[in-house]
Amino acid sequence: MKTRILGFVALAAVIGAAVNGLFVVPADLNQGDAQRIMYVHVASAWIAYASFGVTALAGLGYLIRRDLRLDALALAGAEVGVMFTAFAIWGGMMWGRPVWGVYWQWEDPRLTTTALLLALYIGYLLLRRLTDDPARRAARAAVVGLIAAVDIPIVHFSVLWWRGLHQGPTIGDPSKILNPSAPLQFVLALLAMLAAFTLVWAYLLIRRYQLARLEWQLEEDARRGLVQTARLALPGAAAAEEPAR
Amino acid sequence: MNGLRQGLAVAMAIARKDAISELRGRQAAGSTLFFAALVLLLFGFALGPDSRRLAEAAPGLLWLAIVFGGLLTMARLHQLEADDGAFEQLALYPVDRRAIYAGKALAGAAVMLVLGGLLLPIVAILYAIPIGTAWLPLLIAVALGAIGFAAIGTAYAGLTVRMRAREVMLPLLMLPVVAPLLLAAVKATAASLSGDPLGELGSWLQLLVAFDVIMLVVGAGTYGFLLED
Repeated sequence: MKTRILGFVALAAVIGAAVNGLFVVPADLNQGDAQRIMYVHVASAWIAYASFGVTALAGLGYLIRRDLRLDALALAGAEVGVMFTAFAIWGGMMWGRPVWGVYWQWEDPRLTTTALLLALYIGYLLLRRLTDDPARRAARAAVVGLIAAVDIPIVHFSVLWWRGLHQGPTIGDPSKILNPSAPLQFVLALLAMLAAFTLVWAYLLIRRYQLARLEWQLEEDARRGLVQTARLALPGAAAAEEPAR
Repeated sequence: MNGLRQGLAVAMAIARKDAISELRGRQAAGSTLFFAALVLLLFGFALGPDSRRLAEAAPGLLWLAIVFGGLLTMARLHQLEADDGAFEQLALYPVDRRAIYAGKALAGAAVMLVLGGLLLPIVAILYAIPIGTAWLPLLIAVALGAIGFAAIGTAYAGLTVRMRAREVMLPLLMLPVVAPLLLAAVKATAASLSGDPLGELGSWLQLLVAFDVIMLVVGAGTYGFLLED
């Protein structure tokens, strides 16, 4: 019930932030309406990074504590993160076409990093699907999640250098939107969107976690021969019956 | 101290065993080299006969060939053992898992260094680039690249070796992770070949060293979890 309320609050917040970003805040002088994409784009990129942080930490926690609930959390983080990453890339491309003239800008370190990020975690999710045993899957996924998390900063710096050593700064760098000269209204609109996205993120994370627990319960029951077909369970019911491991 | 010495001995023994079975095996090292050389040849067809364009692309093509050959090498180093059921026994040895990891990674790096070292003259001939004066930085770049690749490859091959669809999963998991390594190695190679006019060779080699160290630490720390399952 609490989760459902959170869901409605998140929905309302996103609608509010979207109306603000689309109609209340004026268009950017240079970029026009395209700049409005930045509110969702930057917010989803931040949320994506937070998701993968959750995945890495939960995975590390699993390797130490061997608690499958942490693995469910890691899965939730990765899946929600992949969604927000894809959304961020899509938004960036929609923004890049009118502002940069191209969908894909190789000289932008963030775009290249984010693309690799997406590849890393799609691999993570595929790996999970190809391993059946829950404990084995959790351990393998935790290792992949950790290596990916360690890799991300290296990717980012290497791409920064890659560009930096050869070319001057790219015109239209997304960070300029957040520089001190950006009107306060723009910054506030972005922060409002970020807050709304954080609520959505929390909601999705909780729901995916609950779902993962249910799936796991179902797998376990199927293994014991308790159920033949998928059965319906209420979201609250699974948390109560956690077999001790 | 004693534990460290024992760990080193274990690592060396495993590395020696893997390297010998790799180099003496009929199906293994030679065919990987041939495959990588073939990739280089096909790049020539893909990019057309313009020799200037080929020379410009040579560092990148060399490293793609090393990466493709390296993927095969990493998979095989674990596959041989898994096929014979020896992997479980390896996991049962009462030794530090980090030593097993170090041995496997060392063997992988050595085989890849040989592969890269042999591909260098092939690249020089096929794409008409002079490597004579730059052989030392080139070999350093190849060695650092081989270590980093083996550091991740060992962990991921250990992870995928008993999986379904492992042929797809190993490259799928590894390629995004080695992207910064590829980038730095290509840059270091290009800088070596052009005589390093911008003085950037050192930075790229440092990045490679950092990558190698980080991945070796993570790989050694997590490999035990993969043997367990």
